[in-house]
Amino acid sequence: MQLDATDRRLIDLYQRRMPVTSRPFLRMGEELGLSEQEVINRLEALQAHQIISRVGPVFEHSRAGASLLAAVAAPQHEIDQVADRINHFPGINHNYAREHTFNLWFVMTAPDERTLATRLDELEETLALPVLRLPMIEAYHIDLAFNIDWEAVS
Amino acid sequence: MSHMPRAIDTTLSHAQKLLMLRRRLETGLPLCPRPYQALAEECGLTEEQVLDATSEWQADGLIKRMGLVVRHRTLGYRANAMVVWNLPDEEVATIGNAFAEEPFVTLCYQRPRQLPDWPYNLFCMIHGTDREQVLEQLRQLRERHGLEETEHAVLFSRKAYRQCGGRYVGDGNT
Repeated sequence: MQLDATDRRLIDLYQRRMPVTSRPFLRMGEELGLSEQEVINRLEALQAHQIISRVGPVFEHSRAGASLLAAVAAPQHEIDQVADRINHFPGINHNYAREHTFNLWFVMTAPDERTLATRLDELEETLALPVLRLPMIEAYHIDLAFNIDWEAVS
Repeated sequence: MSHMPRAIDTTLSHAQKLLMLRRRLETGLPLCPRPYQALAEECGLTEEQVLDATSEWQADGLIKRMGLVVRHRTLGYRANAMVVWNLPDEEVATIGNAFAEEPFVTLCYQRPRQLPDWPYNLFCMIHGTDREQVLEQLRQLRERHGLEETEHAVLFSRKAYRQCGGRYVGDGNT
């Protein structure tokens, strides 16, 4: 999909601060010089072409319940199976292969710290691999959607 | 515009309706002129209650952002690396705050070392169009912040087995 200047402005302006109001797309259209329906049509097209996954809130899940970044060193030839076993556990939010001895990285969430610790113990037992546990101590920069460098991606 | 609420379990408490709203919000707003009204009908709330709850969650930081959730890979950001650093503990905050100012650093956290396997205490994420761009940005980062000699590792991502950012009511939906 070719994005035009208006699509780019729509993305630049509304990754973080979309108005929370009865008719948000009308308000956005006023800023962009578009009708409410045109804004909706553009958002639908962006979604259909997988430029955006959704329009709405991103929750800070560390604020509700417990979550933890963890990693395992899976034998390289079994990495897909190990990743699959991890994904079958409840509360797995992200699961990535990365280039390191610790080659599988995932985020586990649970309603509370105790449940989280229990599940990680269970996971460790199921995988027969030690799980590296890396809780957040301090956030200097949280994921707030970065500005798209249109020149670099076009 | 008046809408008849759909068949809702009338025994649901207000708290349960709000939980339902959170779950529903996580999958995105419906793309219609009055999305909050549509959500209100689904959850047995009024539009005003939905708007108030959403604004409240936003104000207290439970909602960290509201808007278009971009799929960076589709847009051309094909490389991302988690870069981890072994810094003296007393320098972590200074460097962490400095990294946060860099446009290509998208996340930056302090995490504990797990010795002997894991000596690193600062994590940052760098996104780029390809590996070379990410490595060039890393080179700039090391130079600008005097980290040429600092032990670090670059963990490029290879494959996403699961990617569902920002799911809040994580329990039970996996």
